[in-house]
Amino acid sequence: MIGTRRYAGWGAVHLIVLTSALFPVLWILSLSLKTSGDIADGRLIPRAFSLDNYFGAKGIFKQSIFTDALFNSLIIASIATVISVVLAAMAAYAIARLEFPGKRLILVAALAIAMFPPISIVGPLFNLWRDLGLFDTKAGLVIPYMTFTLPLAIYTLSAFFRDIPWELEQAAQMDGATPAQAFRKVILPLAAPGIFTTAILVFIFAWNDFVFAISLTSTGRAQTVPAALSQFTGASQFTAPVGSVAAAAVVVTIPIIIVVLFFQRRIVAGLTAGAVKG
Amino acid sequence: MARAAKKPLTDRARAERKLGLLLCAPAGIVMLAVTAYPIANAIYLSLLRSDLRFPGQREFIGLDNYVTVLSSSLWWKDVLHTVILTLASVSLELVLGMLLALVMHRALFARGLLRTAALIPYGIVTVVAAFAWRLAWSGSEGGFVPKVLGLSTDPLTQTSTTYLVAILAEVWKTTPFMALLLLAGLALVPDELHEAAKVDGATAWQRFRRITLPLMKPAILVALLFRTLDAFRIFDSVYVISNNGVNRPLESVSVLGYNTLLNRLNLGLGSAVSVLIFVFVIFIAALFVKGLGTSLDEQTGAGK
Repeated sequence: MIGTRRYAGWGAVHLIVLTSALFPVLWILSLSLKTSGDIADGRLIPRAFSLDNYFGAKGIFKQSIFTDALFNSLIIASIATVISVVLAAMAAYAIARLEFPGKRLILVAALAIAMFPPISIVGPLFNLWRDLGLFDTKAGLVIPYMTFTLPLAIYTLSAFFRDIPWELEQAAQMDGATPAQAFRKVILPLAAPGIFTTAILVFIFAWNDFVFAISLTSTGRAQTVPAALSQFTGASQFTAPVGSVAAAAVVVTIPIIIVVLFFQRRIVAGLTAGAVKG
Repeated sequence: MARAAKKPLTDRARAERKLGLLLCAPAGIVMLAVTAYPIANAIYLSLLRSDLRFPGQREFIGLDNYVTVLSSSLWWKDVLHTVILTLASVSLELVLGMLLALVMHRALFARGLLRTAALIPYGIVTVVAAFAWRLAWSGSEGGFVPKVLGLSTDPLTQTSTTYLVAILAEVWKTTPFMALLLLAGLALVPDELHEAAKVDGATAWQRFRRITLPLMKPAILVALLFRTLDAFRIFDSVYVISNNGVNRPLESVSVLGYNTLLNRLNLGLGSAVSVLIFVFVIFIAALFVKGLGTSLDEQTGAGK
């Protein structure tokens, strides 16, 4: 009896957590599926389901402001992720395995940047980027993104690297493997999960940014989805084009949901590894 | 002191030092170049009269920009907005995050499902989350909340309800992050202590207050530090929910900095705002680091 009551209690708790976590997402989804006539009716479930906001004549996939932004977001976030993870992996390897002066300095610098307010450098970067021809280019966003993701990447990776049994590398070499073979066949497979997890976290960060995106871009050349979303124009300056905003919001959320569904365990491990052991 | 008794380095140690520095150099240089130079530049710009609409009138004016900002009621109003948003959202997140962490720690079944659900708000783009809340509450954009609550005025035209929506959006988005940090701290509390206290007749609440909380203090402080700094820098949700000030009444200091720099194109004044935000952030961080230092000392019994 007590057993079933406890299970029922936990069931209720789960229901509360699930509802609070998912409700806003479902509301946006519902809005995006409404017809333009029903969009302001305030109903939770659409009266009639329609994909017009996505694929209709005025749907987001027909609007270059959105399709360009989606392309830019993917390219910019991917490049920033690759560079940031490579630079961070080098630093994290050194931090986890080598003795050298300045080790603390790099960790303190990373921590300071994790706390740094991006808005404080937006003005100078805006100015500098216009002088250097980086304003409204993809590189102009990749540079701040890789910088601001480096602390997260360094802390997460050095926590993962510290747990790798590096003796195996020497053992493999003793068994006749060349250093390159030992690295490729032994160390890389052990390091890969940590690197992959870090890449996910860095990508989420770059995919999410808004401050730099609206400050350092102005056109479809480099504008990312969050910036484009805020620039969609509605019937008046007081209202957003609700259907388009909702549909675009759903599209940029889908990759995140897929990543979370497949890799939730890794993401949790990554987030907590950096925070606790770092 | 260890330095004084310097031993001559072996070749191997010297090679290790060199490799370490070499591997860290690229990341170090990037971080320094993209933050230190611009912040120095911001400090310099903040001492100039520099308005991009009138490029000819650029001149050194000392601290005049700071005087202008610090004596403007708009700045202090936005500071107040930001402080209220920060205090309200961080304290709500701490309570809800702790509850969520306890739930995830203790759940009898479907822990994976809970984690997945909690990670969705964490992963979602902040601008999207802010739109979800804005479109739910906005009367003029067909939100359901004004209808359900039977409100006659649009909640997003009033300061108090705009606060509420911004806080809700922020709390929804970041409670999972808080919970995950706290969960990691919770895992470090040994079960035996709880068992022993149970045997001695302590209630669940007593055990939480006397065992869990004190042992988790460092984890709580770290989580609070990151969230407080994050909340103080709040930009995305305020910008979206207040439709960047168009007919809507909420502005944070970061949004003020953005508007001064990039809408009014006043680099001098905007940089002064940016530098002041930077100073606030250093101040908050220093407070927490001090708190964290003493709490770690207490824990290890090191004292001073």
